[in-house]
Amino acid sequence: MLPIYLSFKEMWRNKGRFLLFSLVIALITVLVLFIAALADGLGNGNREYIEKLNGDLIVYKSDVALSITASQLGREKLLEVSRVPGVTDAGQVSFSSTVVRYQGAKELNVSLIGVGAGKPGEPPVVQGRGLQDRQAKEAIIDRNVALTTGLRVGDNLTIKSIQGAKEKLYTLQVVGISDGRQFFLQPSVIVPDLTFEQIKPGAVPTGNESDLISNIIVVRLQHPSQWKQMESVLASQVSGIQAVDKVTAYENTPGYAAQQSTLSTQQFFSLLIGVLVIGGFFQIQMLQKVPQIGMLKAVGASSPVIALSALAQIVMVTVIGVAIGTAATLLMALTFPATIPIVFSPMAIVLGVVSILLIGPLGGLVSIRYALRVEPLTALGLSS
Amino acid sequence: MANSLETKAVTKIYQTDTGVTRAVDSVTLAVQNGEFVALVGPSGSGKTSLLAMLATLLSPNEGEIIIAGQSLMEMSDRERTRFRREKIGFTFQANNLVSYLTAMENVELMLRLNGKYDRAGRERARELLARLGLGDRLNNLPRQLSGGQQQRVAIARALIHNPALVLADEPTASLDTERAYQVVQTFANLIHEQNRVGIMVTHDLRMTAFADRVVQMMDGKIRRVIDNHEEITGFSRGTLSSAPPSEPRAPRLVPRLAPS
Ligand SMILES: Nc1ncnc2c1ncn2[C@@H]1O[C@H](COP(=O)(O)OP(=O)(O)OP(=O)(O)O)[C@@H](O)[C@H]1O
Ligand SMILES: [Mg+2]
Repeated sequence: MLPIYLSFKEMWRNKGRFLLFSLVIALITVLVLFIAALADGLGNGNREYIEKLNGDLIVYKSDVALSITASQLGREKLLEVSRVPGVTDAGQVSFSSTVVRYQGAKELNVSLIGVGAGKPGEPPVVQGRGLQDRQAKEAIIDRNVALTTGLRVGDNLTIKSIQGAKEKLYTLQVVGISDGRQFFLQPSVIVPDLTFEQIKPGAVPTGNESDLISNIIVVRLQHPSQWKQMESVLASQVSGIQAVDKVTAYENTPGYAAQQSTLSTQQFFSLLIGVLVIGGFFQIQMLQKVPQIGMLKAVGASSPVIALSALAQIVMVTVIGVAIGTAATLLMALTFPATIPIVFSPMAIVLGVVSILLIGPLGGLVSIRYALRVEPLTALGLSS
Repeated sequence: MANSLETKAVTKIYQTDTGVTRAVDSVTLAVQNGEFVALVGPSGSGKTSLLAMLATLLSPNEGEIIIAGQSLMEMSDRERTRFRREKIGFTFQANNLVSYLTAMENVELMLRLNGKYDRAGRERARELLARLGLGDRLNNLPRQLSGGQQQRVAIARALIHNPALVLADEPTASLDTERAYQVVQTFANLIHEQNRVGIMVTHDLRMTAFADRVVQMMDGKIRRVIDNHEEITGFSRGTLSSAPPSEPRAPRLVPRLAPS
């Protein structure tokens, strides 16, 4: 009780100073939380489609270093992969980038994804129905496209795509809406594979499905838990391919790893700066209090009382700062337009808050150690 | 009457690169309850070192110290800390008070440290502060009090928990003469009334006027002890014929500044 009494009185009688410092911690909190939200937002925009795929393994052409764009797999690879024992289903998936035109002349950049109707790679819909025909002029749009364009099931969707040197417009019908399926930081339009062949930018349609070339093949396994063994089984039974799990797949999308490590480095340094700032503040304050601590020890305050009151103070200042910072972050997040790639996942907020709550006492440890070393003899102006 | 304080041939030796100092050299002293002792002597004569040993803050190299029937020699560090907060009251030359606690809270702190903070204790703290002329200053922070007022708060703090021994290190160093007299007089009166042992280190010989005994130190040894009232009065006025020439004759008028 006494340590809390002392630390509370000290803060109360020096409100300005401690509040100011809580605000500094609040700023660090805002910084850390925003970097985490940005990392989540950007990361999600890059990996969402792959992360949510309804399959267990992703098959690439071998020797392309898991580059989706460089990977080219023909129809015959799909058939070979499908025949491997343990594979229950497989679907070709192709990616391109194009533009949706909506509400007159407004345009939205989207990822255009070609999938086999009803095959792995096609997302489940939350509204409407799935794709039914490989040639049909129909599409599933993801939640983000739906939100931005206002398109609903049954509406017509206009795709603008460059063919040769000219822009061409294609009209598809929205048959279903899926949850968020961003890819390459763009919302997605999912179309049947043969339709994809016709409308993708720079299309050279053959109309012949046996020539259909995709970027990857999504494989569903009989025993998903055995994905590790199946990676090598597939590679040994089908020539010229490489199979990896989804995490490996999205970690190898261009820029993903670099982006995430940049952001986590930033986060690490924000926390490090936090430790140094908090540590510095309490240490400076401790230096000023040395004579007073010597006096307190001389009149009989025990080391635990001294240490706990210092700790209680650090904890209180940090908690107040983190609370202000978290509240401010969430308020700011409300005012952000939806197009900014910021995602506040509860997990990331908890992690950020907890790490700052931990670095507070960590930063203060030096000053507590220092306080414990002050000799009561100094109260009499002596040293041992 | 019981002797609350006894030292037997207490010796403190400092060893440094430049040599060995016998800062306190075989000091034997017995002080009765209700007795107020002034410890004087030239700079470096060992006053503070002796006080620090009585305060359990410094261990003697030789000899024995017994306070309130307990020998300090066998105590562990934790026991010493506990002993200090229960049995000893302190006033220091500077940095006496906790800067963020009011006068009242500073006094109550000794009760809180001892787990004896209650309504009766609070009432006693209030009375003690009123007695020291601070009845209207209870809720002032130290920075809102003058040096003399701060010393008086420290005196209340030194007495509130009924210690056996009260140690005062140069309590008047930062006060002007008038205030210094007031502070020491009230201090002496309280020691007498409450029947405690009071030891005051002072440079200012005039302050010995309120002491029951003056112990004069020199080179770590007790040079002489004056316990006759008339002689003490003479000593404090600087008219005692055998006053040692090394003592400053003229009372110090300029207050020594406390390190801030
Ligand atoms: N930590 C130490 N190490 C070595 N010598 C010390 C130490 N502390 C004190 N001394 C020496 O011990 C002697 C007594 O010092 P002490 O401080 O007890 O004297 P004092 O009577 O209080 O002096 P003053 O009136 O100046 O305060 C002095 O010679 C001093 O230099
Ligand atoms: Mg001294």
